[in-house]
Amino acid sequence: MPDYTLKIRRFDPESGRPAYWQEFGVDLPEERSVLDAILRAKDEQDGSLSIRCSCQAAICGSCGVRINGMSRLACNTKLSEAAEDGRNGAIVVEPMGNMPVIKDLIVDMDAVHWKKVQRVVPWLLPEGDPPAREYIVDPESMIDVTQSMACIHCGACVSACLSLEVDPEFIGPAALAKAYRFVGDPRDAHTEDRLLDLAEDPHGIYDCTHCFACVEVCPKDVAPMDQIMRLRRRATADYGIKDQNNGYGHEKAFTDLIEKYGTLSEAQLLPKSYGDGSLIRAQVKPAALKELGAKFPTVIRGLTSGKVSPKTALLHHKLQDQDQIRRIYEEVESKEDRLELNLYIVGESGGEEEGATSEGGQEE
Amino acid sequence: MPSHDVLVIGAGLAGQRAALAAAEDGASVGILSKVHPVRSHSNAAQGGINAALNPEDSWESHAYDTVKGSDYLGDQDAIEIMCKEAPNEILTLEHLGVTFHRNEEGRLGTRAFGGASAARTYYVADITGQAILHVLYEQLMRHDEVYRYEEFFTTTLVLDDDGHVAGCVARQMRDGTMELFAAKTVILAAGGNGQIYNPTTNALICTGDGIAMAYRIGGPLMDMEMIQYHPTTLAGNGLLITEGARGEGAHLYNAQGERFMENYAPNKLELASRDVVSRAEQTEINEGRGFPDGTVALDITKVPRKRIHEALREIVNVGRDFAGVDITREPIHIKPGNHYTMGGVKTDKDGRTEIPGLYAAGEVACVSVHGGNRLGANSLLDTLVFGRRSGKHAAHHARNHQMPEPPHSHVDDEEAKLRELIGRERNGRRVSEIRTELGRTMDEHVAVFRDEGGLLEAAQTVQRLKEEAKSVAIDDKGNVFNQDLFGAIELGFMLDNAECAIVGALERKESRGAQFRTDYPERNDDEWLKHIDLTLDGDRPNVSYSEVTITQWEPEERKY
Repeated sequence: MPDYTLKIRRFDPESGRPAYWQEFGVDLPEERSVLDAILRAKDEQDGSLSIRCSCQAAICGSCGVRINGMSRLACNTKLSEAAEDGRNGAIVVEPMGNMPVIKDLIVDMDAVHWKKVQRVVPWLLPEGDPPAREYIVDPESMIDVTQSMACIHCGACVSACLSLEVDPEFIGPAALAKAYRFVGDPRDAHTEDRLLDLAEDPHGIYDCTHCFACVEVCPKDVAPMDQIMRLRRRATADYGIKDQNNGYGHEKAFTDLIEKYGTLSEAQLLPKSYGDGSLIRAQVKPAALKELGAKFPTVIRGLTSGKVSPKTALLHHKLQDQDQIRRIYEEVESKEDRLELNLYIVGESGGEEEGATSEGGQEE
Repeated sequence: MPSHDVLVIGAGLAGQRAALAAAEDGASVGILSKVHPVRSHSNAAQGGINAALNPEDSWESHAYDTVKGSDYLGDQDAIEIMCKEAPNEILTLEHLGVTFHRNEEGRLGTRAFGGASAARTYYVADITGQAILHVLYEQLMRHDEVYRYEEFFTTTLVLDDDGHVAGCVARQMRDGTMELFAAKTVILAAGGNGQIYNPTTNALICTGDGIAMAYRIGGPLMDMEMIQYHPTTLAGNGLLITEGARGEGAHLYNAQGERFMENYAPNKLELASRDVVSRAEQTEINEGRGFPDGTVALDITKVPRKRIHEALREIVNVGRDFAGVDITREPIHIKPGNHYTMGGVKTDKDGRTEIPGLYAAGEVACVSVHGGNRLGANSLLDTLVFGRRSGKHAAHHARNHQMPEPPHSHVDDEEAKLRELIGRERNGRRVSEIRTELGRTMDEHVAVFRDEGGLLEAAQTVQRLKEEAKSVAIDDKGNVFNQDLFGAIELGFMLDNAECAIVGALERKESRGAQFRTDYPERNDDEWLKHIDLTLDGDRPNVSYSEVTITQWEPEERKY
């Protein structure tokens, strides 16, 4: 039986000592989980080693930790895989990030995660009295929100979120995915209010930097960032919400510039962002002018450091095969429905492989 | 001292439903749980929830299936109530926000499940329990009149001098403080006891705390021998593969490639009731027609792939992460494994136990709607219907009662016990050793097939383990999240549960539902169409019997 070494970050708040590392050797078959190994160490070596855990099947969401730096569930991380990514022959296990540590691998989820969940008004708000029977809704809409319903609140995305590290007030990936569960639910009567609230909050949907960390670490394929992007699309394309954070203007400027040049014109991005995508509006909107003025030192720094020159700034070059970029835009924009990739509908390969069987659906 | 009209212990579906119902009726409610409510084991219910909601279906049909599934040990008055109230309960959940699967017209759609004569299982992909649990928790977050005590470990129930329930003592896990709760009524909703088995589909928290706590203060337990083995669990770790897989069309094969259910249940095949399918599988395995790892095969590739993605996604993950098998492409090896406690704290149809003011609902309770064998997708229904009824009844009961003032000595006593345990020198076995031996013993002797010899051996082992448990010592001496301490307390709860299960299994000299005695292989209605009640007497369970309520379905031979 292989011999694994766990290097666990320990913390006992009653000891007065700072956190420290401790190694445990455990003999277990390679297909067993990191949680199995932690529990084995706890059972046989040190009963004070603490981790929340319950189902051992990746459904209760208790055992979120960082393994070799990656936020994940200990119960569905195989020892063999963890050992491959380990450091100096040890599997490194730490408590999750972005949340205060209470003891060993136990973090305070109430102080961060649940507070943020509470922030998004996490309950259905239908209009008026319920019908005598069920609400009749598009069947696909229920499958669609099931992806965010699949969240088990393990906190892995909260732990991995880079925006949260910079802005602890950011509502964050898990809570925003929860928000989409109501925005995407046709029974909810407050879609626009919810979107306005999340778009106007300086720590809301436009605080996400699109880094994919949450998508990568989510053990349930909730893809929180995708849900955040859908909230943005609903806010802008469906409700035309032009938020005070300029998120809408920034996205519009960004996509317009790429459509035009194929690469990003940094010099135009800022003014166009503040002018809701228009250079002219940027110069007549008092709020935009004020914001632009505030950014002036950045512009000066860019010029003096040589990062931009007036020439490259004003005459941004087009890509040689810009036509191809345009074709992508045309292809996407010509579709009647927005293209949304949802695992519950199209499967893991994004519908390419499953597409063949999904039409007929019958194999025999 | 926190005090509430209604104090709920356990925050899974039964507990949360009870809390909401009691609060709706104006009671002040506290809900205590040793885990955050969304970590509760109700999460694990994958397949769905039964209700005769379609106009062409009827509650009578649902009730008959349930009675037959129970092998006629279920109380038919309670079963009638459950099946009549099921449609409303589903609609309530739908209105609260559960994202139930829809058919093409956008109405609630169903899937087929075992032992049912109609497709009446409503579901959310294969995360039905999780979806409902999270929606109820949304309601708890919304209604702050329900006070939540999350990560509070209850160590004992408290009675007043008249034997009426007066509250409980609990330890706040985060800082180790002990707290006395006063309550006019207490609803136990603390789940089942699957952890007395190894392996089990149950989570580590399912240690029968509620069952043991009620038993220790004199509450009768009922039908504790009725323990369900689920037909499709993974060989190594006991993880669950939903019955929904068979509901969606998956087949079972033995190692010779035979669809063996044809020999055991020619009409319902894979969708016979769970006791029947589990026995069939175990027979195939015992008679040498299984795979070398002691399993048979579940072939889900029969189900169209699009359907798997939208309806069985969770078990795609389970197969991939825990068995290394892509269930959309190849069969997966499974075997029967411990899954559900049909027995529990004896209650009436309003959740009342025999201790005044004490209620029980969900897996902790034995109403009994499941009798000898629970039908798939009836457990969620049980938690919700009897959770709600308990909540309402307790709120009503509380209105006519004064708030008790249990003396602080209750906390002192509990604290002294725990201090002794924490301070104990190590000279005996570790908690984990005893726990593992208990699990193996139960899985060997109190499983799909039982006989007197094996049961006696198990009884002896459990007596020895009870002795050994008296001297277990723990490593953690701290106050903050002392999980070591909780493990030792849970071990005591588990041993009480195991002892009662074995006593019941020895007592019932017949084969009915989940209890199959190879030495008494027939059902014997003349002598054993009755419940076995167990009450603590000294430190042993005392056996008595109670009538099974029959309303309109006389026992007949069970064929699937």
